Amino acid sequence: MKHTLSILVENKPGVLARVAGLFARRGFNIESLAVGITDDPSISRITSVVDVEEHSLEQIYKQLNKLINVLKVVDLPEDTSVQRELVLAKVSADPKARAEIIEIVDIFRGKIVDVGKETITIEITGASSKLCAFENLLRSYGVVDLVRSGMIALSRG
Amino acid sequence: MMRMTGARALLTCLEREGVEVIFGYPGGVLLPIYDVLYDSKKIRHVLTRHEQGAAHAADGYARATGKVGVCMATSGPGACNLVTGLATAGMDSQPVVAITGQVATHQIGTDAFQEADTTGITMPIVKHSYLLKDPKEVPDAVRDSFLIASTGRRGVVLIDIPVDVSRSEFDYEPVERKASLQGYKPTTRGHARQIREASRHILSSSRPVIYAGGGVIASDASQELRKLAKMLDIPVTTTLMAKGVFPETHRLSLGMLGMHGTSYANYAMMESDLVVAIGARFDDRITGHLDTFASKAKVIHIDIDPAEIGKNVKVDIPVVGDAKTVLRELIKELEKRAREAPPKDLKQWHRTINRWKKEYPLFIPDDGLCPQFVIDMVYRKTKGKAVIVTEVGQNQMWAAQFYKASIPRNFISSGGLGTMGFGLPAAIGAKIGRPHEVVIDIAGDGSIQMTSQELATAVIEKVPVKVFVLNNGYLGMVRQWQELFYGKRYSHTCLHCDVSPDFVKLAEAYGALGLRVTKPQEVDSVIDRALEYDGPVLVDFRVEPEENVFPMVAPGSSLDDMIGGKK
Repeated sequence: MKHTLSILVENKPGVLARVAGLFARRGFNIESLAVGITDDPSISRITSVVDVEEHSLEQIYKQLNKLINVLKVVDLPEDTSVQRELVLAKVSADPKARAEIIEIVDIFRGKIVDVGKETITIEITGASSKLCAFENLLRSYGVVDLVRSGMIALSRG
Repeated sequence: MMRMTGARALLTCLEREGVEVIFGYPGGVLLPIYDVLYDSKKIRHVLTRHEQGAAHAADGYARATGKVGVCMATSGPGACNLVTGLATAGMDSQPVVAITGQVATHQIGTDAFQEADTTGITMPIVKHSYLLKDPKEVPDAVRDSFLIASTGRRGVVLIDIPVDVSRSEFDYEPVERKASLQGYKPTTRGHARQIREASRHILSSSRPVIYAGGGVIASDASQELRKLAKMLDIPVTTTLMAKGVFPETHRLSLGMLGMHGTSYANYAMMESDLVVAIGARFDDRITGHLDTFASKAKVIHIDIDPAEIGKNVKVDIPVVGDAKTVLRELIKELEKRAREAPPKDLKQWHRTINRWKKEYPLFIPDDGLCPQFVIDMVYRKTKGKAVIVTEVGQNQMWAAQFYKASIPRNFISSGGLGTMGFGLPAAIGAKIGRPHEVVIDIAGDGSIQMTSQELATAVIEKVPVKVFVLNNGYLGMVRQWQELFYGKRYSHTCLHCDVSPDFVKLAEAYGALGLRVTKPQEVDSVIDRALEYDGPVLVDFRVEPEENVFPMVAPGSSLDDMIGGKK
């Protein structure tokens, strides 16, 4: 089962290596990873998606808590948290297709952030499933390049 | 406020932590630190002959005293050589602080001479580590390292100090010791409801067993453990790491359990209806096949490390906390409850155990010069009071089986990592920590050769350790497995120690006393001579080459499925 872990850590050199190393050494696979600073510049948040059984999740949680630089670990269930990823996609867009693409972008509430002679670049955020659907639609126009961020999440309420 | 270099601040801080000895080996980037150390009045430096020896010695010192052991090595190869020793200490949760030199900050990452990514290499084996970038960081790093190493589940902390950080000056101000760090607050008090629950189970159990591990020693809870066992008449088995927490001569003692544990300890675990695990981690050498392990028992698990609870075995009543604190609370609760309703009668359980003890005792074979006989003689000669350090392999298991320990911190062995070469340097560390006690390294001819150069350390530093080599000319434990599971195909396990080395001459070459025993009737007098001699001694016991350690639970077998359990 997939779990989204939100890990608050001290913002110090080598902390990500400690967290990632722990995952690797205990045999846990990271599906997605996003790291950024929080509102407090001395603290960073690592958001990580792992696909594990309940028993392994408990081990990950406990082992993470043993790292001195880790301040807090929270499991964010899908139904009680807001989960977002960001996609930047560069799509081939000859003049004929352009209108159609723009329409799709509108429907998905994406944004066009760059326009070239033969391509347009789209920014879109959302939950994983929405981004997958969007990607599938774009594929028929020709995706030149696509980058997807790790998931970030916050609990609701 | 005082102007001083990073190196001087380091030594000042180490002195403030009460460090009395550093086991180390100098090198280029450590020059500023060694220069300050040259003048230190409070800290003794013990120069080992290899950095691995320094790490094991610091570890042995920590195990023997309970204090933090400190070792030091230079950058690159020096730090790499420490790794085995640090992993050994870490696996057995020993408080060790390692100080490593590093190339100058501007050279880090350039593949400079003797550069290695020490914090990177050691990351999986340390509890925490620091790579200092500024001398200002020294006081906090030293203070936090000692706090982290010596509290919670003990462990190894490494401080990597680039040479320019050691060399440059800053305004030093002493820092006060904090109780905790932002991300480090070990739970020491057990949850009251869990303790009540545990006591309820203990009182209603008719076949309880206490399974005590190294955590009981770390938390200095031997007295509490003894009280608990004796007040309710509960049998106690200990792991290799916990030998000594409960007197093995006591009628409630089952000795050690596990792969080479006593038959009766293993049977008791398998038949028990309640296993009370204290400061132990259900290692594979203890449990045998996990699915059948203690399948009739409920499990109470008391441990300071929440991650150990439920890691290998399903636990019914988890109690996270320090063994001493939890046991005190538990005893109080049990006393209160026992007044209201008397505990169960365990007579039947003891009768069963006593029958196992009679039927499957540990026994000394009576052919030739047997290693078991040597250990038993060492036990008698020292009246069970020596500090026994072991190497790893058959020698270690025989020592564990036949040296009945009754004092905590008197049996020192590399359990988790199983590091050959641990014994001699660890014995040196132990002897320096406890100079007034007899310290004996029970060695094998294989293990001793991995760190035998430390005989020079023992001689030069005047550390009179006794090294008893059970010389069977084989990597005995591996040979035993080859005999039992690989059709006696002794692939590369014969060391030919009857040919080379000549251990007596080796000892003499280092300036130690070398003795040899080839017949059973010599054992008595030679041990006397070794113990009387005022200085390091090595005794070469030419024991039966193909003696095996029994009983034995084959890997993957159920714990009650033992080979060679009966005479």
